[in-house]
Amino acid sequence: METMRERFVATASELLDDDPRLAVVLADITAAQFAPAATKHPGRVINVGIREQLLIGVAGGLALAGLRPLAHTFPSFLIERPFEQVKLDLGHQDVGAVLVSSGASYDMASMGRTHQAPGDVALLDTLDGWTIHVPGHPDEAEALLRDAAAAEGRVYVRLSGESNEEPRAVRPGRFAVAREGGAAAAGTVVAVGPMLDPVLRAVADLDVTVLYAATVRPFDAAALRRAVLRSAQADVVLVEPYLAGTSNREVDEALLDTPHRVLGIGVPREELRRYGTPAEHAAAHGLDAGALRQRIAAFLG
Amino acid sequence: MTNTTAIRCAHPTDYGYGDLGHLMALMTGDEKHSAAATSTLDVLWVLYDRVLRVDPHEPEALDRDRFVLSKGHGPMAYYAVLAAKGFISAKLLADFGSFDSPLGHHPDRVLVPGVEIGSGSLGHGLGLAVGIALGLRQRALHRSRVFTLLGDAELDEGSNHEAIAFAGAVGLDTLRAVVIDNVSATHGWSGGVATRFDREGWTTLTVDGRDHDAIEAAFAAARPGRPHAVVAVVEPKN
Repeated sequence: METMRERFVATASELLDDDPRLAVVLADITAAQFAPAATKHPGRVINVGIREQLLIGVAGGLALAGLRPLAHTFPSFLIERPFEQVKLDLGHQDVGAVLVSSGASYDMASMGRTHQAPGDVALLDTLDGWTIHVPGHPDEAEALLRDAAAAEGRVYVRLSGESNEEPRAVRPGRFAVAREGGAAAAGTVVAVGPMLDPVLRAVADLDVTVLYAATVRPFDAAALRRAVLRSAQADVVLVEPYLAGTSNREVDEALLDTPHRVLGIGVPREELRRYGTPAEHAAAHGLDAGALRQRIAAFLG
Repeated sequence: MTNTTAIRCAHPTDYGYGDLGHLMALMTGDEKHSAAATSTLDVLWVLYDRVLRVDPHEPEALDRDRFVLSKGHGPMAYYAVLAAKGFISAKLLADFGSFDSPLGHHPDRVLVPGVEIGSGSLGHGLGLAVGIALGLRQRALHRSRVFTLLGDAELDEGSNHEAIAFAGAVGLDTLRAVVIDNVSATHGWSGGVATRFDREGWTTLTVDGRDHDAIEAAFAAARPGRPHAVVAVVEPKN
């Protein structure tokens, strides 16, 4: 299957043809794949080399000059390494940009900790005004990228090598009901991006409502409240493909007037120090369907 | 957001270079200023008085030159020049740094007309300026040049060297850097500040940072195909 990263290159290349405002900024990563687009649009595909502070600085400057920058590299080098540039060159300058990462929390399992960024969403969450998309399928990635490119604000699109079997019809900023629980539903499970398939397998024999989130900021509090108020218990399980608990605060704020419990499942803070494959990392983090079933069932009782 | 109509002056004033000390005193409360407080003053004055194509009536005109103050520390000289040139009202200076003032100890582009970037954290202006220059070129605003003011100690920040190498490699010839050299970098710059730009393909000139004609001539020495750096040497900070 085509990966989200491949779809990103194809979509961004098309958007460059259509939108003279768009400029892609790279720091060597994925530059080879953008070579045809760079030949067509030499002024709007800019590879700064392995210089991530400059990657974001240039994006900020392009925005100040009236363009719509789209900056891309691995999440560790896009969000973590140049974090102050993200904070100041985009946020403090009050300009918009699209940041597109590829690599997620452990796509590059065999590369080790240096190429893993489970904290990217939590870090961005300390800043004002970011929309954060976590697509679960290449089709969703394309739809969200197109939406982000056409928007004005600051948007992070977190692409992954992990993907659900089937795409969902995503409305940017809105959760979808992936599975409706019964009147006695034991709780609500929010599955983020590529976590949807393992979650659906995990809860196959449990009476729960499953919400699907391909956008986590803004957090669709209204959809969560609707689902929770329909369930027998105000219990919420968040399953996020990045740092565990990243969105717990959002759940608490959505249910401020409702006594509730929340379990945040995701990538633990502890460093794993293992190589191997993404599937092995998912299992080690308790994020495969079997482990998820156990954890969700134990929490919901 | 602060109401900018109250902030703007928007007309040329009668202030000249000789008034800058008084305008700064409105902020500092002292007519006598240390060399460090005025290290940028002459370069800023020459830029706004003789070099930059900017207009207080239209601080956001599309084809203006951009002046990017990277070294946002000690912006009193900057605000004094902006007031003298009519971008902001001199009445604002007395409240410098107060809660209701748009003029902080580091400038904020959102609050002050004519200020192109918010700065304060060192090492951000040159990267932003590279992006602005690339963007203006893409928009065919070829008349607009992008000037960035840095300090020699600010060059300690590695982000500058990412920008210096890249701008030189791609020949970003609408870009101008001016480095105020008051010998304040903790470990110095062996061979001089200009060598950092020279070796990456910039044209450079090192001048007396108090000599207005020399500063003006140094900016005029920019050549097609290469970014240009002016090192303006002033009295050592310590």
